[in-house]
Amino acid sequence: MTHAIDVHHLVKGYRDTIAVRDVSFSVEEGEIFGILGPNGSGKTTTVESLQGLRAIDSGSLSVLGFDPSTQADQIRRRIGSQLQESALPDRVKVWEALDLFGALSDQGPPVSELLADWGLSEKRNARFGSLSGGQQQRLLVALALVNDPRLVFFDEMTTGLDPASRRVAWDLIRRIRERGTTVVLVTHFMDEAEALCDRLVVMTRGIVAAEGTPAALIDRFGGGVRVRFTLDGQDVGWLSSVPHVTGVARERNRYEVRGTGPVLAYVASALVDHELAPIDLRQERATLEDVFLNLTSGEGADS
Amino acid sequence: MKILAKMTWLELKLFLREPLTVLFALVLPLMVLFVMGGVFGNEADADVYRGVGAINYYVPAYIALVAASVGLISLPTHLAGNRERGVLKRYRASSMPSWAVVGAQVAVTFVISTVSGVTLVVAAMSAYDVRGADRPLLVIAGFVLVALAFSSLGVLLGALLPSPRSAQALGVMLWFVMLMVGGAGPPPEVLTGAMGTIGDLTPLRHAIRAMQDGWLGLDAGYSWLVVALLTLVSAAASVRFFRWE
Repeated sequence: MTHAIDVHHLVKGYRDTIAVRDVSFSVEEGEIFGILGPNGSGKTTTVESLQGLRAIDSGSLSVLGFDPSTQADQIRRRIGSQLQESALPDRVKVWEALDLFGALSDQGPPVSELLADWGLSEKRNARFGSLSGGQQQRLLVALALVNDPRLVFFDEMTTGLDPASRRVAWDLIRRIRERGTTVVLVTHFMDEAEALCDRLVVMTRGIVAAEGTPAALIDRFGGGVRVRFTLDGQDVGWLSSVPHVTGVARERNRYEVRGTGPVLAYVASALVDHELAPIDLRQERATLEDVFLNLTSGEGADS
Repeated sequence: MKILAKMTWLELKLFLREPLTVLFALVLPLMVLFVMGGVFGNEADADVYRGVGAINYYVPAYIALVAASVGLISLPTHLAGNRERGVLKRYRASSMPSWAVVGAQVAVTFVISTVSGVTLVVAAMSAYDVRGADRPLLVIAGFVLVALAFSSLGVLLGALLPSPRSAQALGVMLWFVMLMVGGAGPPPEVLTGAMGTIGDLTPLRHAIRAMQDGWLGLDAGYSWLVVALLTLVSAAASVRFFRWE
């Protein structure tokens, strides 16, 4: 079996809305797979359906070879899950929660190791309600790993973490993957997806708008290459006829040249030919954020 | 079974960390018992208290009252709160069996009611000339039935009520109404008209009578049937209406 997850034409609606219209993708074993999209695009519904927490309307799902609608228990025993909108009782202590969830499985790392991994050793006797948002989040992620899962779902796991904790979480996700565990990462942080994901899908309005590696998506949907420089009092209208240039924009003395492929070399050469040598000539690489904004523009994303 | 034991132990600790539930389950019944004892003494009067002294009447009655407070206030509030906060959803995603979630609540009701009931009996015996259980086995059977009834009713309320706030408000209200007219406050014989009728309809009235039957050496009356029926209906409805989220 090479696919940890297969989703074919998933459709899921709630009483008055359709959350997922038509979603298909596959997750290979051992990869970190990202699901990106604005709020309300159907990401959470998709991962909750995969865990058998939602009854789907149509389509077929397979998780580790099991069907979530009929074999949810088989799946849940083999996966780890950190859910959105889930919590623990305020008065439960950190070690008690890990101990309780650990009792559901015969395998899995000792509580002390999970506490150390997630920086919670000093908080082992603290009550859930007294933890900071970031600490609560780290505990919920640690709970997802108590059964040494083959596949983990992280739904916006770094939301609420400070920048340093996020980096720590990224390292831990890479470590989880190095052990051979497949990771499905639902996020709306583009830098996170770019840093961690082997492949990803971008969802909008309940469908998959794009699928691929971060580099392939940036190449295809990133809006090309942008070259920026600053010049005073020059007419550079001739730049638009330079090869590979698709557009020139100017704001006061700042220029932005849009183009494709090797546009930077051609623009530099043309500028020098005109005896112009701006000292801040640079190319800006598109990021996943550009992909995201291009694919989801007009959606009124509020995330 | 291991998970049920773990869950029960954890829920017991959580119960004791919640001041309001401890107050209602362990402190209030004891206080009310001593107030009633102070007011009415323990002299038998053929016209009230089923013909026995007030303290002899109230001791078995308040064992039932304790089970009612855990089952009607603590349990539904905790269950609805766990659902609202997504704790139950978290449990479900980890394959926590529903019988462990519900079973732990029932077990906590039993343990807390037992501890509180024994405390009541010991306190009453040391302060008043109170009689012991006339038929201990019948008392134990009655206690098991009453605790099962109120924990089933509690699970049902916890499943039906949308939030911990509504569960707590309804639970406290039911508890006080039952306390006043169900036979745990004024003697039922002095409640007439509508109050008497309402009292007869409360589960607590019948739970109290079931407890008293064994304690006072009376024959088991139809109240046992009422409590058993309440248990069955609540348990069946709980299975039907239990929700993870």
